[in-house]
Amino acid sequence: MNRRLEKHRIFDNVFKYITIFCALLILVIVLAISIELFLNSLPAIKEFGFSFLWSTDWNPVKEKFGAASSIYGTLVATFIAIIIAVPFSLVIALFLTEIAHPSIATPVGYAIELLAAIPSIIYGMWGVFILAPFMAEHIIPPLQSLFFFLPIFQGKVIGGQGIFTAGVVLAVMILPYLTSIMRDVFNMVSPQLKESAYGVGTTTWEVTRDILIPQGISGIIGGVFLSLGRAIGETMAVTFIIGNSHRFSFEIFREGNTISSTLANEFAEGADNPLFFGVLMELGLILFAITVIMQLLSHFWLKRYGVKT
Amino acid sequence: MGTKVKIMNIDSGNSKSLQEDEIKMEKTDDLDKLKIRLPDKDSSEDLDHQQENKDVKIKVEDLDFYYDDFQALYKNNLEIYSRKVSAIIGPSGCGKSTHLRVYNRIYELYRNQAAKGKVFLDGKNILDKSMDLMDLRRRVGMIFQKPTPFPMSVFDNVAYGLKLHYSLNRSQLEAKVEESLKLSALWDEVKDDLDKSANSLSGGQQQRLCIARAIALEPEVLLMDEPTSAIDPVATAKIEELIEQLKGQYTIVIVTHNMQQAARVSDYTAFFFKGYIVEFGKTDKMFTNPQKKKTEEYITGRFG
Amino acid sequence: MKKRSPLTRLVIDKIIKSLSIIAAIAGILILLIIIKDIFFKGINAIGFDFFTNNMRPPGVAGGGVKNAIYGTLMITLVSTLIGVPVGMMAGVYLSEYGRNTRFGKIIRFSLNIMMGIPSIIIGIFFFSIMIIPLGHGSGYVGAFALSVIMIPIITKTTEEMLKLTPDSLRESALALGIPKWKMIISILFRSSKSGLLTGILLAVARVSGETAPLIFTARYSQYWPDDLNRETANLTMTIYNYAGQPFDSMVETAWGAALLVMGAVLLLTIISRFIVSHGN
Repeated sequence: MNRRLEKHRIFDNVFKYITIFCALLILVIVLAISIELFLNSLPAIKEFGFSFLWSTDWNPVKEKFGAASSIYGTLVATFIAIIIAVPFSLVIALFLTEIAHPSIATPVGYAIELLAAIPSIIYGMWGVFILAPFMAEHIIPPLQSLFFFLPIFQGKVIGGQGIFTAGVVLAVMILPYLTSIMRDVFNMVSPQLKESAYGVGTTTWEVTRDILIPQGISGIIGGVFLSLGRAIGETMAVTFIIGNSHRFSFEIFREGNTISSTLANEFAEGADNPLFFGVLMELGLILFAITVIMQLLSHFWLKRYGVKT
Repeated sequence: MGTKVKIMNIDSGNSKSLQEDEIKMEKTDDLDKLKIRLPDKDSSEDLDHQQENKDVKIKVEDLDFYYDDFQALYKNNLEIYSRKVSAIIGPSGCGKSTHLRVYNRIYELYRNQAAKGKVFLDGKNILDKSMDLMDLRRRVGMIFQKPTPFPMSVFDNVAYGLKLHYSLNRSQLEAKVEESLKLSALWDEVKDDLDKSANSLSGGQQQRLCIARAIALEPEVLLMDEPTSAIDPVATAKIEELIEQLKGQYTIVIVTHNMQQAARVSDYTAFFFKGYIVEFGKTDKMFTNPQKKKTEEYITGRFG
Repeated sequence: MKKRSPLTRLVIDKIIKSLSIIAAIAGILILLIIIKDIFFKGINAIGFDFFTNNMRPPGVAGGGVKNAIYGTLMITLVSTLIGVPVGMMAGVYLSEYGRNTRFGKIIRFSLNIMMGIPSIIIGIFFFSIMIIPLGHGSGYVGAFALSVIMIPIITKTTEEMLKLTPDSLRESALALGIPKWKMIISILFRSSKSGLLTGILLAVARVSGETAPLIFTARYSQYWPDDLNRETANLTMTIYNYAGQPFDSMVETAWGAALLVMGAVLLLTIISRFIVSHGN
């Protein structure tokens, strides 16, 4: 009898330590990634210093590198994605919570969520072979003539590939996350508060604008940061579509690159050249840092509102 | 012997918090006793009514109410008199809030809720599709159990409805806000800082803010759904005092599970039971000499 | 007081409501369009050969992706074998041992960070610490990278599911003298079976569609994956490599593989949703 109890006690301890070990592994992996990225970036950091961030050079042969075109592409594509996706997700969430009958809202909501399940390389294929030509033929020319006065809208368009189209695909990719969070945010507003607003004689839009959105603003901000993080870190879809050009230009309809697309496209070559390798690692470090900050900010704001991530 | 019937707790009037309770119903002959009966025209009690020359502000005719397939209100017939306080009392789940929420059609926010019958406000049926819903809600204001300040400043809370329904310049707006806050006995407590967030007020103050918000729109009827059950006794007394002051100008219908409160503040009382109106009449008559056995049992605390 | 005409307000409300409906339709339409496009582009490649033949050199007809399918299955299997136990145990720790401890807080914070790490960074990490020393690609290293992506998903789901089970269940089991480890495995796991399974399926669906972590690790191969310790053929890298090729047949193969991957991932996702609603 005692032997059995003793055996169980040992098992219990072993089990506990296994779980602790696995939990610890999480911390270890995160630290390991951070350290490895940092250590490997040192050669590049030593060589270029802070000017790396705004230098537009990119010449592997001459060993002159700068992150500016990558950072610009990342920021602009993400910005385009956000300004398209946020209003869309807002009205879709409105549809799902205030307008549609529950029996319609459920399947529609689910269909939107399925957009998140599609692998990013599929978005890449679709984006470069189907969306980009469509953009080049039907969307970009009218935009260019409509906004002829905007310099960033000019430039020769090659097959629709470029920062803009990448931004559009990113918008579709982050839409399900934004919609899901906005929907949760709207649903979490107390029914009595909603009824009070309607009780004063408001329209649905007025309740949304004056009550739901202000009440849920922490959750909405959290959702935006979450989507920012995802868009910034997105690789495969962007790599296919953005054209991978390091020639820096402000024009958004032209080819460009993001940090993630550069990593995907050029890492193979970088392995031989230690400085190039360091540069790519530094880009990776920057990407890592930005996405981690976005993730933490998002978590902070979502928790403040009470939304479960 | 009885029949098992599924009855839902419908007091909150909110589909998101419904529960189903199985209660054994009394024998069928009790059901006859539950049928509605307004006082006969030539019974002695009516002399009091006739002398007071009251107007009927709201007249409910054969009102049925459904949550999905479940019927919550059965053939409600009721008259709410102008500039009087009418209380609706009854045990949990009897349909008090459900009934009240028909008066401003707030139940329509929920797709699975439906009302049948007629409800006349000054002679016009408010359940008719042609009724201007936003104006109805301006004329019939509602105050909820839990205070519901909008996420704005005190001033903006009161001004919100005003700006929607009326075109006023700044000074008119400020005057009206001040008037409403004075009428709801909140002005002195907030006048020094109208821009502070409404959420920073205490529960009782928030409730008075909600009343000010409703009054600002110059309503005719004020609906109060258990307005003091979520606030402390001192604040409750203040609000009951307020009701006393307001009734000269507005028709007030108050749902309460607190009988003493009903006895204190109301002129007329309706007793609901399982979706039926069992009895309706002058409050002091109802509490001292109830006509129906069920009413008497409730009032004396035999159940509920 | 002068009353305002509600007309403007009602018109604006109607417009916004219409926009909402249009947006919702647009959202569904985009999903359907993407699925339709991938389907029609890929269906031409799908045939008996597609599944039964290995890859042929560029330009040679009749190539299939049998080796890539097998490679993806193998890599996914290995990553699941690593990621699921580690993730579940970590989740068990957070729920059963570390609910309020300082260590638990640190781990949760790290978990949060881990969830935000882009998959390409994970790929680069493993490339740097394992592939460079190895000197060649490795399917195992690719599986490691994928398991790192799986772990936070499974940890989170496990923690949440376990937290949902009532304490009374734990207490009654322990009161019967059942040792803690057995209580967790036999009782808690069983009671949250469907939720845990959903988390696993979703994680598997997620990694089977991943490409970035494999670019530098498992890389690509046109041969049969008999040694996972070297470059391993897999579907997603096939898409990545073939899509840009000048040969039409290769591009067509890429589409076929894309259809296959998308179909499998969507199927897994829908199945896991099914388990949630009809589970236990």
